[in-house]
Amino acid sequence: MSGVGLITIAILILLLPLVSFAANIFFGKKIGRASGILATSILGLVLILSTIVFYFKVFTNFTPTVIGSGNTLIEISNKILQIKFTWIDLQSVHFKVGIGIDNLAAIMLVVVALISFLVHLFSIEYMAGDPRFSRYFAYLGLFTFSMNGIVLANNFLFMYIFWELVGISSYLLIGFWYEKKSAADAGKKAFLVNRVGDLGFFIGIMILYFSYGTLLFDDIFGSIAQGKLPFDSESVLTLAGIFVFCGAIGKSAQFPLHVWLPDAMEGPTPVSALIHAATMVAAGVYLTARVYVMFTASALSFIASIGAITALLAATIALTQVDFKRVLAYSTVSQLGYMIMSLGVGAYTMGFFHLVTHAWFKAALFLASGSVIHAMHHAAHHLGDHHTDPQDIRNMGGLRRTMPWTYRTFLFVTLAISGVPLTSGFLSKDGILAGTLAYAQLTGGWHWLIPIAGFGAAGLTAFYMFRLLIISFHGTPKTEVANHTKENNWIILLPLFVLSILSLWFFYSPNPFDAHQGWFPKAIVQPKSVVPEETQWEFLLINGYNQEKSHGVAERVPHHYLNEFEEAMHHAHYPAMILSLIIAGSGILFAFLFYQFKILNPDTIVKQFPFLYNLSFRKWYFDEIYNATVVAGTVGLAKISALFDLKVIDGLVNGAAWLTRNFGYFVGYFDLYVIDGLVNLVANVTGFFGSMVRYLQTGRVQTYVAFGVFGLILLIYFLL
Amino acid sequence: MQSSLGFPILSWLVFLPIIGMLLVLLVPVGKDERSREISHIIMRWITVGITFIQLVLAIVIYLNYNKTLPGVNNASTFQFVERATWIETNFPIIGHIKIEYFLGIDGLSVPMVLLTAIVCFVAVFPSFVIEKAVKGYFAMYLLLDTGMMGVFVALDFFLFYVFWELMLLPMYFLIGIWGGPRKEYAAIKFFIYTLVGSVFMLLVMIGLYYSVGSFSILDMMNPENFKPNSIFAGMHTTIRYVAFMALFIGFAIKVPSVPFHTWLPDAHVEAPTPISVILAGVLLKMGTYGMIRIAFPIFPDAVGYFQSLIAWVGMISIVYGALCALGQHRVGQRDFKKLIAYSSVSHMGYVVLGLASMRPEGVSGAIFQMFNHGTITSMLFMIVGVIYDRAHTRGLDEFGGLANKMPVYTGIMMVAFFAAIGLPGLSGFISEAMVFLGSFNTYPYLTIASGLGIILGAAYMLWALQKVFFGKLPDRWNKPWDPTGRKFPGDDLIAREYAALVPLALIIIYLGVYPNPMLSLMNTSVNYFVEFMKPYVLIGNFLSGM
Repeated sequence: MSGVGLITIAILILLLPLVSFAANIFFGKKIGRASGILATSILGLVLILSTIVFYFKVFTNFTPTVIGSGNTLIEISNKILQIKFTWIDLQSVHFKVGIGIDNLAAIMLVVVALISFLVHLFSIEYMAGDPRFSRYFAYLGLFTFSMNGIVLANNFLFMYIFWELVGISSYLLIGFWYEKKSAADAGKKAFLVNRVGDLGFFIGIMILYFSYGTLLFDDIFGSIAQGKLPFDSESVLTLAGIFVFCGAIGKSAQFPLHVWLPDAMEGPTPVSALIHAATMVAAGVYLTARVYVMFTASALSFIASIGAITALLAATIALTQVDFKRVLAYSTVSQLGYMIMSLGVGAYTMGFFHLVTHAWFKAALFLASGSVIHAMHHAAHHLGDHHTDPQDIRNMGGLRRTMPWTYRTFLFVTLAISGVPLTSGFLSKDGILAGTLAYAQLTGGWHWLIPIAGFGAAGLTAFYMFRLLIISFHGTPKTEVANHTKENNWIILLPLFVLSILSLWFFYSPNPFDAHQGWFPKAIVQPKSVVPEETQWEFLLINGYNQEKSHGVAERVPHHYLNEFEEAMHHAHYPAMILSLIIAGSGILFAFLFYQFKILNPDTIVKQFPFLYNLSFRKWYFDEIYNATVVAGTVGLAKISALFDLKVIDGLVNGAAWLTRNFGYFVGYFDLYVIDGLVNLVANVTGFFGSMVRYLQTGRVQTYVAFGVFGLILLIYFLL
Repeated sequence: MQSSLGFPILSWLVFLPIIGMLLVLLVPVGKDERSREISHIIMRWITVGITFIQLVLAIVIYLNYNKTLPGVNNASTFQFVERATWIETNFPIIGHIKIEYFLGIDGLSVPMVLLTAIVCFVAVFPSFVIEKAVKGYFAMYLLLDTGMMGVFVALDFFLFYVFWELMLLPMYFLIGIWGGPRKEYAAIKFFIYTLVGSVFMLLVMIGLYYSVGSFSILDMMNPENFKPNSIFAGMHTTIRYVAFMALFIGFAIKVPSVPFHTWLPDAHVEAPTPISVILAGVLLKMGTYGMIRIAFPIFPDAVGYFQSLIAWVGMISIVYGALCALGQHRVGQRDFKKLIAYSSVSHMGYVVLGLASMRPEGVSGAIFQMFNHGTITSMLFMIVGVIYDRAHTRGLDEFGGLANKMPVYTGIMMVAFFAAIGLPGLSGFISEAMVFLGSFNTYPYLTIASGLGIILGAAYMLWALQKVFFGKLPDRWNKPWDPTGRKFPGDDLIAREYAALVPLALIIIYLGVYPNPMLSLMNTSVNYFVEFMKPYVLIGNFLSGM
């Protein structure tokens, strides 16, 4: 298929879910239950189209061509098929945008489309009877549209736009049952915490736009490759990378912004599977991979550390949680940390590989939990029991017998996430751990903490996943509700089967112990960094290897290493594998000893180390700390501002008004009493004299005659 | 002088509402209930008709506007120009006075003309609920329309000033008569605040007249027109800096920028819904329009000198306004309208920040933000009006769960709310992003600090959204809004509310996806404006020691 054809299909892939959104928003109420089927069919079509794009992009070659000029440009090469056009035109300034399909995007499209399709299908049954059934599918469509936008963006502007749009779809879906305050709160929290990361992302974008005057990845990376640095400074380049990565910290729930993801479990469970486990939260990892070439060694170290901290931190929290979905949520945070860590240490391919494998098994885990919760909910409803929390694993137990198929798939994907051989999780996780070992070997010093965190998290993951499995599925039912659960129908089970089958090794590599023999490392090759060589890790420099060829399939020369790191990683492969098998095995073993055979008693450990237990159970007090500092600080500042406005600024205004008014009164009184007083005084004096004189005016003729005579005498006196 | 369309379209645009006002005043009002009701209906629909014709005229202007002509300081490239001598006499002592009737538009004013026509049209619909002194209300409404439109098309400073004052009077009465419980306080506060600004403007205007010998704003922009030894002659003189600051403060009061903003929350809280819509939708833009049309290009040297100060004003308005809006959930009566009033302070701060950047992205973003804020905030105030009309309260604490009772209303509300928090795909995002990208060039740290506004903005908006629309509906609202069923036959929106809200929502979405129709109107002028300002600004920057 031609490159232009694939780009056209990609535009369809992008827009079809938007059609689903619009159709369900405007006509959903009218068509009722058919809205779910409509949305699912549209997603089925998207899945087919995505698979076509994936197949042709990854497994066929393209002749490099450039079509068009000026405002619209189509570029076709083996590396990327892309279209660029001017979106905002200010004459002196143009904002160019576009979409592009490289192997990264092609693989991601399939991940998004398949999981979205399966979740749509699952939701037809799961959400049946919800009063806002069609609204739900509309939001799913909006989400899929935005997510595909992220995947296809070939510029920072589209990336940021769709980044925010997935944020809003996530907000709407977490708070889908907004009658519940906790759900509405969780949606708001997710959006605001993400906004913090997004501000960092946007600052990074502003630095890049300021320096390069464009937002296209190609142009920016090209300029960096030519040695043009933001503010002519390598540290600003590092800083710009870290700012852009802030977006990933928010969206991929990395420490210290991981707090929103566990709360996001308030949303319907299929949403958790789609958005808060498999796709949207992986967007941060995808972004990091997408702009990977602009990270300097310092930025990569920062990324690796954030990932390692997150992986370990979240794993310790997952150990003690009792809510089925929360355990999975922390496991997601931890696995995302893995991917970020992997990218940070330089194991680019493995990091993205883990994104893909994790997407399948984590979606399966969540859908299985949805199956369990659905069954628990129905059983509780059937029994008229409104007190038993259908998500609390302490209320479950023995589900293995009532829900055998859910149990089997759940068991299989638990093996995958624990990194047991023959699963995809083993392949990717093993690669990441080998990468961290290689990284530590090559850098030394404190960097050894990163593989330690990685292996530690691997052991903890195996432990808490089996703890979850054993408590909820094994043993005897702890409640009547659990005893009355029934296996769900095929609409719910089919997505589970599909996703768990995809967690088998042979989809990725013929050798279940080595991912490097599969197609994946050929399709996804670490790109050549564009930052100045002196700011890169020396061991990541790509030596004597033709980068252009790597995007085909067959060109990769066997036993020819990309760089020093890859060689070290290859040597670390077997030690890492053995170590991780031992660690994961003991994790599983301890889980059985604690919860299945009850040889060890978890309660005694809790009693012995109450502090550690509380630290884990209370999620390291992150929420409490944030509430006491950032939230309380902001709210306090807002309150002070509002009061300041009301009392001080408006007080000054009213004070000025008061002064003016009183000055007016004063002038009024002055006018009344002083000025008018003077006038009146003159008048009064005149009046007084007048009144004095008035006494002369008696009206009696005798008096007038007397006055006349008196006057005559005076006249004569003066004249003479 | 005739316009390029063969008839004086700008004069029609400006004075059509006066005709409407006369028509409204001629409508006889009967004694009994029924005939009064009929006359009210006639007056309402006269206003709808007049503002609709005005909107059509504005669209005609939009369609015939030549996007390649810059305008700004170049009289021959203004469009639809009407120019005639209005007053010319020799006064004793003060000398010869010549005031022109000089109208014309360029890329800086076309978006505002469109905005005014749109907002004045849609705001008629929420006016239908006014029952008190209906005749006076619509007469004042139309007079206000003339004043606002006149401000945006006048190119003679004196004429500008006349329209500016003309707008003030009806606004004072509209708040003071048809307002809420503290209407007198709010009206007088609004009046005096604006008057203080007007006095500054008047003084500077007289000084400019004596320096230039003409009231034409365009003449005042050319330094060569200043008479030697006149008060504002030369560049970078202290008196010019003072004059600029006086004008800037005069306009900043109108914007309103912190710390001159406290009239706004009171005016909004007391004003009836449609007047809030006009106040936030159009009136505030007169402040920033005054800056870009008068204060900046007449005193470009002072812009350079005070550039960072202006940017600081923008940044503080953004962050402080947002904080105050967020603080409304802890302080005061928790009034929905007050929250949105403070959000206006914050959002207009973006305009000031964008103007201060003196970059094409920033200035385009600023003008676009003026337009977008006009449409978005108009929607927000009408959304508050919708529940106020039904529930007769705006307390944020008194609602909850409206999403279930009024789903369509909630859907439309979300467009406005998400636009206000800068969600991509809606117009507010593009203008805010452009302002940021432009101002980062000039003031990186101030821009980063302003970025806090987008987090705080999301916080107060989502908080309000949750309070009012999510959660459970309090029992007191769990019945039909109006038991008589007269005004609100169902729970959800009624026809005239659709008529007011849907066009705005469509504009917001359309410009969010495809902003070029609006941006292309102003591109040439903005680029010309930035280039024109640049040399003066650079020297001003240098003199201020930046």
